[in-house]
Amino acid sequence: MSFQEFVFYFLSAVLIVSAVGIITMRNPVHAVLCMVLCFFTTAGLWLLLEAEFLAIALVLVYVGAVMVLFLFVVMMLDINMARLREGFWSHLPLGTLVALLLVAEMVLVLGGRYAGFYDTPAPPPLPADYSNTKELGRLVYTEYVYPFEIAAVILLVAIVAAIALTLRRRKQSKYIDPARQIGVRRQDRVRIVQMPAEKKE
Amino acid sequence: MEFMRTLQTLFGPAWPVVWTLVKIAAIVAPLLLVVAYLPLWERKVIGWMQVRIGPNRVTFFGIPWLGGLAQPIVDALKLLVKEIIIPGGANKALFLLAPVMVVMPAMAAWAVVPFSPELVLADVDAGLLYIMAITSVGVYGIIIAGWASNSKYAFLGALRSAAQMVSYELAMGFALVTVLMAAQSLNVGEIVRVQQGSFGLFNWFWIPLFPIFLVYFISGVAETNRAPFDVAEGESEIVAGFHVEYSGMAFAVFFLAEYANMILISTLASVMFLGGWLSPVPAAFADAIGLPWLADGNFGWLLVKLFVVVSSFLWFRATFPRYRYDQIMRLGWKVFLPLTIAWIVVLGAWMQTPLWVWWK
Repeated sequence: MSFQEFVFYFLSAVLIVSAVGIITMRNPVHAVLCMVLCFFTTAGLWLLLEAEFLAIALVLVYVGAVMVLFLFVVMMLDINMARLREGFWSHLPLGTLVALLLVAEMVLVLGGRYAGFYDTPAPPPLPADYSNTKELGRLVYTEYVYPFEIAAVILLVAIVAAIALTLRRRKQSKYIDPARQIGVRRQDRVRIVQMPAEKKE
Repeated sequence: MEFMRTLQTLFGPAWPVVWTLVKIAAIVAPLLLVVAYLPLWERKVIGWMQVRIGPNRVTFFGIPWLGGLAQPIVDALKLLVKEIIIPGGANKALFLLAPVMVVMPAMAAWAVVPFSPELVLADVDAGLLYIMAITSVGVYGIIIAGWASNSKYAFLGALRSAAQMVSYELAMGFALVTVLMAAQSLNVGEIVRVQQGSFGLFNWFWIPLFPIFLVYFISGVAETNRAPFDVAEGESEIVAGFHVEYSGMAFAVFFLAEYANMILISTLASVMFLGGWLSPVPAAFADAIGLPWLADGNFGWLLVKLFVVVSSFLWFRATFPRYRYDQIMRLGWKVFLPLTIAWIVVLGAWMQTPLWVWWK
């Protein structure tokens, strides 16, 4: 077994174990952490395929951002195991049916002759100065420039919308304007009244 | 060389692995030493700024003028022999995993940092992306630490810290996008080489990317949860935030990770905006004053820049009062993010004009 094969089988084993962990873990926080491990090992497998840009992007986007928000939300959940397990048996038949259908479909597509995993030869190793990132950039900005730009603009609109939604001023908050505080003069606030002292008769 | 060849035959096929491990140790060991001495430097600097002396008691072999220099070693020993208390109801495995997950990215990111023209552990093409990816993993350690402690203060600290780090990572990411646009490369060594020129420090990226340099630096302070953005620790409100339940060496690892992250951010700022190993002295000027070696780029310049940037982190801490949490969020999302996106557009337009002189 070569070193690459060893790495492949090791990463695959970790990937499968962590993927099973996602759905079997009782505690949602543990499940999310399993998912993080899952993404990490997938990134490792992609590195083996010499797709270093995609691998790092996977870690950056999913591990670094998406899963943090997942964990953030899941951590704050009040977990009641008894309630979660309620209705397990009544939903089991439907769930089993859907699962079996999914497995059958995957076997049909991946195991058949159409996918052709067994006939495709392994891709030739790329030269050392080949830059995956550069190639990807060239394709995205030439051949696929319109889909890419449209997707980018949609995402930008989403960011702007999300920030704009939180940009509201609460009416009941008693905000003090420092400029007005500093600009106060004595004449505006205090009126000095001359009063003759009253004498007790 | 003869010695190396003997070693190579000795280890046989395992040699590349062994050699890489040696190189990793050669980076991490001095780094840990610097990390250990940075808190001492911090206490000294803040002491001087507040007209105090700072630590000056613990010394080597009773030599008075080394006063204070043995402080980090004594502190480390003290923390090592203390008991690690695991709170009742804590999730033990995750509780102990958290400090490791905090310190791991702070060390791993050094793999692609170039120290001098030849000195880099992994000269990979997607180096900048790798740094962004690996540093974004650090937030997990903090979240897990807060959650696994089974403590309200720790949990609140973790929530604050996670939200803050995710927010500022965006601004940092966009800042790095402008750097890679200007350098036209993701390779960190290449980014430094692009900044080379005959004008010394005026060739570096801090001039064309000045607003981005500021955004990156301030985001770096926020990202490492340092004052004035240290609400994640918030001593006056939530005791010490996410690591309130940690004691002994487990606490020390969090502490070390914070300082390692500071050094990493400072190094990255030096590499991307301040020319890395390049000399600030223009070659013509160095020749004119008869000291041509001043214009040579080497590791020493990187150390000088690193020292200045790290010291300004400490300066901030001694100078600014703590930000309010909603102000931190507003700064990240409503000031830095639009600013960086706008600068990407400005830079893109600028690079199409003949006014852009930074690469040929």
